[in-house]
Amino acid sequence: MVTVEIYEFVRLFFEVPIYHLILEAVLIIWVLSLILKRTKKSKSSLSEKASLWDRLSEHEKEELIQEWTPEPLVPDDADLNPIKYDVIQGKVGKHVTIGGRQYLNAATHNFLGMVGDDRVEEAAVRCLRKYGVGSCGPRAFYGTIDVHLDLEKRVTQFLGTEEAVLYSLGFSTVASAIPAYAKRSDVIFADEAVCFAIQKGLQASRSEIRYFRHNDTAHLEQLIEEHNKASKKLKPKQAALVRRFLVVEGIYANTGAVCPLPELLRLKEAHKLRLFVDESLSFGVLGDTGRGLTEHFGVTARDVDLICVSMEASLGSVGGFTTGSFYVADHQRLSGQGYVFSAALAPLCAAAAMCVIDQLDEQPEMTAKLRSVCRAMHKALANIDGLELCGDEVSPVKFLQLSKPRLERQQSEAVLQNIVDQCREAGIALTRAHYLEPEEHRLPPPAIRVTCNRLMEPEDIRSIETALTRAAGAVLG
Amino acid sequence: MTAEQKRNALEVTPVQNGHIKSNGAHTVLNGTSSAAPTCSQPPAAAATSAAAPPAAEDDSLEECTLWVAFVTYLAYFVLVAVGYVKEFLFPVHQKEKDRQGYTPLYLSFESFYIRNVYRRMSACFNNPLASCPGGQIDIQLRETPDYGFSYSRTGEVRRCINFGSYNYLGFAENSGPCTDTAERLLRRDGVAPCSSRMHLGSQQCQDDLEALVAEYLGVEDAVTFSMGFATNALNIPTLVGRGSLVISDQLNHASLILGLRLSGATIDVFKHNDMKDLERKLRRAIVDGHPRTHRPWKKILIVVEGIYSMEGSICKLPEIIALKKKYKAYLYLDEAHSIGALGPTGRGVCEYYGCDTRDIDVLMGTFTKSFGAIGGYMAGSRRLIAHVRRHSHSMFYASGLPPPVAGQISAVLCELLGRGGAGVGRARIRRLTDNTRYFRKRLSQMGFILYGDDDSPVVPLLIFLPAKACAFWSELMKHNVATVIVGFPATPILKVRCRFCVSAAHNKEVLDKILDLIDKIGDDLEIKYSSRPRTNHPIEYGRC
Repeated sequence: MVTVEIYEFVRLFFEVPIYHLILEAVLIIWVLSLILKRTKKSKSSLSEKASLWDRLSEHEKEELIQEWTPEPLVPDDADLNPIKYDVIQGKVGKHVTIGGRQYLNAATHNFLGMVGDDRVEEAAVRCLRKYGVGSCGPRAFYGTIDVHLDLEKRVTQFLGTEEAVLYSLGFSTVASAIPAYAKRSDVIFADEAVCFAIQKGLQASRSEIRYFRHNDTAHLEQLIEEHNKASKKLKPKQAALVRRFLVVEGIYANTGAVCPLPELLRLKEAHKLRLFVDESLSFGVLGDTGRGLTEHFGVTARDVDLICVSMEASLGSVGGFTTGSFYVADHQRLSGQGYVFSAALAPLCAAAAMCVIDQLDEQPEMTAKLRSVCRAMHKALANIDGLELCGDEVSPVKFLQLSKPRLERQQSEAVLQNIVDQCREAGIALTRAHYLEPEEHRLPPPAIRVTCNRLMEPEDIRSIETALTRAAGAVLG
Repeated sequence: MTAEQKRNALEVTPVQNGHIKSNGAHTVLNGTSSAAPTCSQPPAAAATSAAAPPAAEDDSLEECTLWVAFVTYLAYFVLVAVGYVKEFLFPVHQKEKDRQGYTPLYLSFESFYIRNVYRRMSACFNNPLASCPGGQIDIQLRETPDYGFSYSRTGEVRRCINFGSYNYLGFAENSGPCTDTAERLLRRDGVAPCSSRMHLGSQQCQDDLEALVAEYLGVEDAVTFSMGFATNALNIPTLVGRGSLVISDQLNHASLILGLRLSGATIDVFKHNDMKDLERKLRRAIVDGHPRTHRPWKKILIVVEGIYSMEGSICKLPEIIALKKKYKAYLYLDEAHSIGALGPTGRGVCEYYGCDTRDIDVLMGTFTKSFGAIGGYMAGSRRLIAHVRRHSHSMFYASGLPPPVAGQISAVLCELLGRGGAGVGRARIRRLTDNTRYFRKRLSQMGFILYGDDDSPVVPLLIFLPAKACAFWSELMKHNVATVIVGFPATPILKVRCRFCVSAAHNKEVLDKILDLIDKIGDDLEIKYSSRPRTNHPIEYGRC
């Protein structure tokens, strides 16, 4: 019986039309080639791709291994000149104690003067006594304390948004938020003066970054037009998938300028960009009730896609939050690296920040007082011989650059440091703006950073002005 | 002598490669780890304490049977098929208000897994606490009106035993000397500095803490940062850059991977804890140089973790140090989970193996797990730390440790150094070690597949099927035990597991209670997948 079947099979084989046989043969060859290609293609890791390894003898390989001399992990002279920074004893409030002497603090981001505030400290202590210090886990694994949820809700109530996401460090807030949305094929338009944390977020996102000149919306428009033209060349389906983001700061940490939000909103609407604003320095500062940039310009927070705020400035705490619509902000709960893979914020820091927001709600005039201090400081510092004032009138962070900068950056820095030291003698604690020079995208010019504190009285501002004028006069001649 | 008998005997048995693993068996010479025995010599005076080092074991991770693998695949297939059918009949419209004409932020396909698999398990995650994350926690119950898409708190609270938080030494407390120190420093130095360390944000308490950390670890200097994740992500770029090669373990944490990506160095990956693969990669890297230009690498950095948080395995430190010395590479050790949890005085995986901390170039760790605080540190030679301070992103742009946190950590360190006088620190470490070994041995004896080493307080119990994992979690929760289940993408998609974090805040009674529960639930759910031979002899607490 079997032979009959075989005979039938062979007979059919010859009766089948020729194209059928050719098709079958092609298919068989193709499947075989796929199978063979798969076994040949090993996982291409770094080491496998190299060619020297296969060509050299064992003896030669040993020689190369013996001869190879690595650089030292850190340069040998790293500890010859260790970096110096001031160490504060006690609180970093309106006054700071350095080396046993007290100075007026015009250097830290304590804009609302909440460091040392009794109510804030009591709230933090109460929280400490209930929850301990750490949260002992990421948000997903029993690290979510009800204080976190309460603060997130409070933030949304305060700003009028739908969802807020808390992070454990101000730097990581914006540095994790941007890569959660922007991926390799996307385009991000960013102001060239954005702070370092944003730069790291942009780098982590691997998107195409287009920097526009600082606060220059015309240049931004030009860049957007260029990109529009370039994307016309792509297939429409591909172009439709490219997301475009616009990243700016409310008040720039590097220049003290306020971003022109109405202009940016107009461009956003016209070209359908997603707008991310880092309001670390403008939250609690701008707006009649301290609600930040959007209130300052009379728009709602809904118009901005995502607001990122570091709580290490006006809110007198540690950590940060991002807030926006539910659609946008909730995504970070599964995609924000600094949120998913990190332990949750310490509950006492959340409690302190909540207390500050409560105080802002109860006494919105605090921000008006802060802004009047900023304006007074601006007037006071505008006319110092030899120093040029940078920064918006209402910005709590101002920069004093040399009117005649020296040829070398280091020389300018030395001169400015001299002025800072002389002010220190006069009882004012100032600081030069320090940057990681090789890493910054656009290194700002050397400057002294002066910050304003709501608790400063006119005589404090006068004493800062006097000290700076004298120091500048002495150093610059 | 069978392997079991050897393990329970009170003798130090040198392991194949000449390294000794111990967790309390030998006294540290001179009380400081700088004089601790090097890896190549067996420790002296070993016989006094009860814990004996384990003999050479089969380290391989046990696989499930083919049937279990098939059923797991089938489970995912069913989930995905149901998801496709559901979304075909009721298409998902991601509604976004006020944004007509904008490119959607997410492709609907990207969140398919979230909508159809993760959402069904979402009750297990993000449970809020209304108490300190200590040995017992108050979990706020939640309800979902829409099958897991959103949750709201009901207001009810349930007290549970906590097996999910990283509280190895039980320092997550809201009273006691550590909390008193935290409060004292809060009142003295404020809640936060509100400035970066270079801009007058550096406080005395942070400097004092750094000196204490350096002393504890037995190194020259240390620097602290206010977020553990950021310690890796912001500081690895100071050590390596373009032209350097980093060989990192397959299962390294996301913060390490992010830091390596941001640094611009070339990254190569070696199989998890596989020393032969590491050596092979090192040899090829040195011989070949850069893959395209064949320039020799500027430096080679090996990045490993002390305890891996999803597998519970301990890195093979003595072998890595031997390789590093042989091939002139540098070693970066991330002790996020192992600091405080391993070693007779909690000094981490170096002390556990009896290695010299000077052999490790960069010691990094976090204060989140064993110290009940937040933040991280980097420790090593004075030169290294001076370099890190000068180039760290965190020093220039991020806030320093808040004073109450620094207070908590220094109080914990003082206890661990034995300065409290009452020996509380040592007692906690002892309890953690006993708890860990007892818990692991009992679970293995019951027939569960566990990953990780015998001394690792991270105990992953493999369940494989996502539905069984959810059932396991909810059964335990019904009996007021809080655990963590972990699935994709933190683990491979087939290896869903329940991860227990043993803590010194638990005692034998609590462990017995939960072990009996797990035994019963394991039988009901049929998750005792281990095919290794089981023994019946009793496991004594404190002597295993």
